[in-house]
Amino acid sequence: MAEPPGPAARRVVFTRDGVRRGVLRSMPLWVGMLPFGVVIGVLSAAKGLSFAETMLMTTIVFAGAAQLVALELWADPAPILAATIATLVVNIRMAPMGAALAPWLDRLRGWRLWGTLATLVDHSFAMAIAEQRAGGRDAGYLLGVGLGIWISWIACVAAGHLGGGMLQVPPGHPLFFASIAAFLSILVPLWRGARLDLLPWLVAGLVAIAAHRAALPVPLPLLLGTFAGAGLGAWMELRGRGAPGWK
Amino acid sequence: MEVRLDVLLAILGMALVTYASRAGGYAVLRAVRAPDWVQVLLRHLPGCLFMAYVAPPLLAGGPGAWAGAAVVVAVQLATRNLGIAILSGIAAVWGLAWLAG
Repeated sequence: MAEPPGPAARRVVFTRDGVRRGVLRSMPLWVGMLPFGVVIGVLSAAKGLSFAETMLMTTIVFAGAAQLVALELWADPAPILAATIATLVVNIRMAPMGAALAPWLDRLRGWRLWGTLATLVDHSFAMAIAEQRAGGRDAGYLLGVGLGIWISWIACVAAGHLGGGMLQVPPGHPLFFASIAAFLSILVPLWRGARLDLLPWLVAGLVAIAAHRAALPVPLPLLLGTFAGAGLGAWMELRGRGAPGWK
Repeated sequence: MEVRLDVLLAILGMALVTYASRAGGYAVLRAVRAPDWVQVLLRHLPGCLFMAYVAPPLLAGGPGAWAGAAVVVAVQLATRNLGIAILSGIAAVWGLAWLAG
């Protein structure tokens, strides 16, 4: 995926100004994240997580979709293995992001590289790719967007936990539709057309429903559905290309 | 301000695999070119994952949840704004539940 560094890549810099610009550009996203963050906070409170536990998870995991999935299957005592596996399945999607950002990341060393990677999320990835394609050379921008989202994310979840703890939202309340709504709205921009996605998505949903009906323990329905759908999608795509080595 | 040991371990496990996905993905994919099928599979994961996540509760949710889902997708298509789409969906489900008494 990494291209040989051309003259453009050689001039990649990392400046405080770039970081500041990234933080500023992330601000419009804060409003959009507010409901999602608040939902995570309310759900954490409803699942019996203390404020300190909620803040710790939000600060060091910092991945909304994964936190949502893990919280949905949360129990007492905490499902250590199930939460970890579910998080891995949700977050493995971030693995190719760093590789795609290689033109910037390859020029960084030490904390600038590994710290920037710690803040990588879908939004900062998308904005950094756009900046890169527009000829941007300041890798500090990526860290700035990530930091801005991180700070607002922590604030939103904190507000949700404090508010949710006060309101005592009962189970089955319409507010909990927010978790489904969040994933549905994430699905919309992921749609790449019926040819690529229709059958895999259908199979993913149906297998998950079947596994759920069969009363398989969490996160098995999620895992089986995901890999049945993604496996079918990959098989269809590679068969169409006639790629060797896939039998 | 309590942090229980089992909760702490679950959170640390989550944090570890998350950082491994963020940083390990870069480190590994930079060093070795992943086979085609791995790259294609990774591209298919997010959509299938979220479908597998929403399908069971949506089916169980009944007409109220289905209407809410339609609102979320429509608003997301129109506004491209996650926050507005989520809020509209909650409002629709809430409104329908209120109408149904």
